[in-house]
Amino acid sequence: MASHAAPKKDLADPIFRAVAFSAATLLLVTLGGLMISLIIGGWPALSTFGLSFFTSTTWNPVTEVFGAAGPITGTLITAVLSLAIALPVAVFIAVFLTQFCPRLIAQPVSTAIELLAGIPSIVYGMWGLFVFAPWFARHVQSPILTALPADSFWGKLFAGVPNGANIFTASIILAIMILPYMAAVFRELFRSIPPQVREAAFGLGCTPYEVVTSVLIPYVKKGMVGVIMLGFGRALGETMAVTFIIGNAHGFPNSLFSSGSTLASTIANEFAEATSDMHLSSLIALGLVLFLITFTVLAIARALLSSQRY
Amino acid sequence: MEIAFTRAQRRKLASQIFVGVCIAAAAIALIALGLIMFSLFTRGFSGIDGLIFTHDTPGPDSAGGLRNAIVGSILMCTLAMFIAVTVGVLAGTWLAEIGGDSKYGHAVRFLNDVLLSAPSILVGLFIYEMMVRPMHGFSGWAGAMALGVLATPVVTRTTEDILNLQPNALREAGMALGASQWITVRTIIWKAARAGLLTGGLLGFARISGETAPILFTSLNNQFFNTDMGQPIASLPVVIYQFAMSPFDNWQKLAWAGALLITATVLAINILGRWLARDQDHR
Repeated sequence: MASHAAPKKDLADPIFRAVAFSAATLLLVTLGGLMISLIIGGWPALSTFGLSFFTSTTWNPVTEVFGAAGPITGTLITAVLSLAIALPVAVFIAVFLTQFCPRLIAQPVSTAIELLAGIPSIVYGMWGLFVFAPWFARHVQSPILTALPADSFWGKLFAGVPNGANIFTASIILAIMILPYMAAVFRELFRSIPPQVREAAFGLGCTPYEVVTSVLIPYVKKGMVGVIMLGFGRALGETMAVTFIIGNAHGFPNSLFSSGSTLASTIANEFAEATSDMHLSSLIALGLVLFLITFTVLAIARALLSSQRY
Repeated sequence: MEIAFTRAQRRKLASQIFVGVCIAAAAIALIALGLIMFSLFTRGFSGIDGLIFTHDTPGPDSAGGLRNAIVGSILMCTLAMFIAVTVGVLAGTWLAEIGGDSKYGHAVRFLNDVLLSAPSILVGLFIYEMMVRPMHGFSGWAGAMALGVLATPVVTRTTEDILNLQPNALREAGMALGASQWITVRTIIWKAARAGLLTGGLLGFARISGETAPILFTSLNNQFFNTDMGQPIASLPVVIYQFAMSPFDNWQKLAWAGALLITATVLAINILGRWLARDQDHR
């Protein structure tokens, strides 16, 4: 009997291993294919414009001259700004949830924050466009515009059409969007600290503030940098929330309250309508730039977080 | 008059201020997110009426619903999940059971994690280059493929995590009975982990059902009812995007209703997934 079953069994295992191995390899092929297709698609634009693709702010589909300096700057400014807003708040929330919050509230609040991290970005974008931008234009932007002399440094920094669709509001919406995600991951990070570390600090007579700043945060320093990079990667590549509210102007942004564009928002806005090959190729080249930036950031993040997995 | 603090008082005060700031930060965040939910529900509910599930997307200034978009979204997401679960479960199993400790395994895991948080619009560009351009046309297949590529890393990751939680005694028991690895994995490990695997699938589904960027230029949009995956097909996120950006009141109203539908679906799926995984979360 056994001799009949044996050959079958011997065949099943190698097949199973081979199929599972190809599935795992398919993931690598996908990532590789992603990069290669972006390089091939973007090559016509990159070879035509050369280095000026990265330094020029001209984006003109009619004359077919394309430069990505505007979207690249817009992407970096919005990502850095939103990270600067979201980071401290996310750390405070995570500290609150893991250290100071009564257990009865901590669980529902944590779950709520994790659920909010899953809400589609298009919802944040719509809220930004219909609710936040008009409010911001009326109650923040207009008063600032009238209060500041137009030719002073601050006046220039905050110059812009008061319609609420600008780089600054886009950064705020982006910050609100990455906030739940970052808070949830920071919470996991703080929870991974062995309780003995915390207890030892309290045992030495530290106040809660000292426990957090001089013991807990240094303990997870490396992981925190990783989480910051993850949040940064998210902010860099976020498309829909930004497309709704950034105003979609191609030039170099010259003030915080001026319309701008990001790499992702430019692609989302123009790709389906692009007719000329050079326009398509330039948009794919934008994608390649975005891929290289986010890949670097995410790779650093994952390397720093290698011991923990999120 | 100068108030002199002792060192102990100063430290205590600093600590209390810090706790206060933490509480304030949590409150501010919850209020901001609460405001978004409030606008979504008040504006969304007013747009949901009897027509929304029975009529297709209307022209400007006429009545209509979101039937074609809802059906298109369901079709594409289902197909995408079929791809993602097949590839993801197998890849996750390979990482957990077979080759996860090898150098190659570490590389796969690392790059899967990168793919997990890669910008979704790049996946759209990738599928456009791979499927839309060679086949000379936008199609539901391309949209489903793009969504599948997005969901696969999620499923891979949860599968590996869940399988790693299964006790080794299960694997040893299978081997002791003389079962091959394939039989052990299929009839013992996968079975023991089925709630977790289902959760992985649900989380992947929740992730893609609201994604707009990857389908903007793969499945495009279609104002008519269509179940032919070879043609451009409507989907909720793209319709929401298009209608919200339009100047027409009835379109904007439908966009809010659609946003509410999607958010409610995503939240429900997430909650269901968590509920299913509750037994596994003993870590």
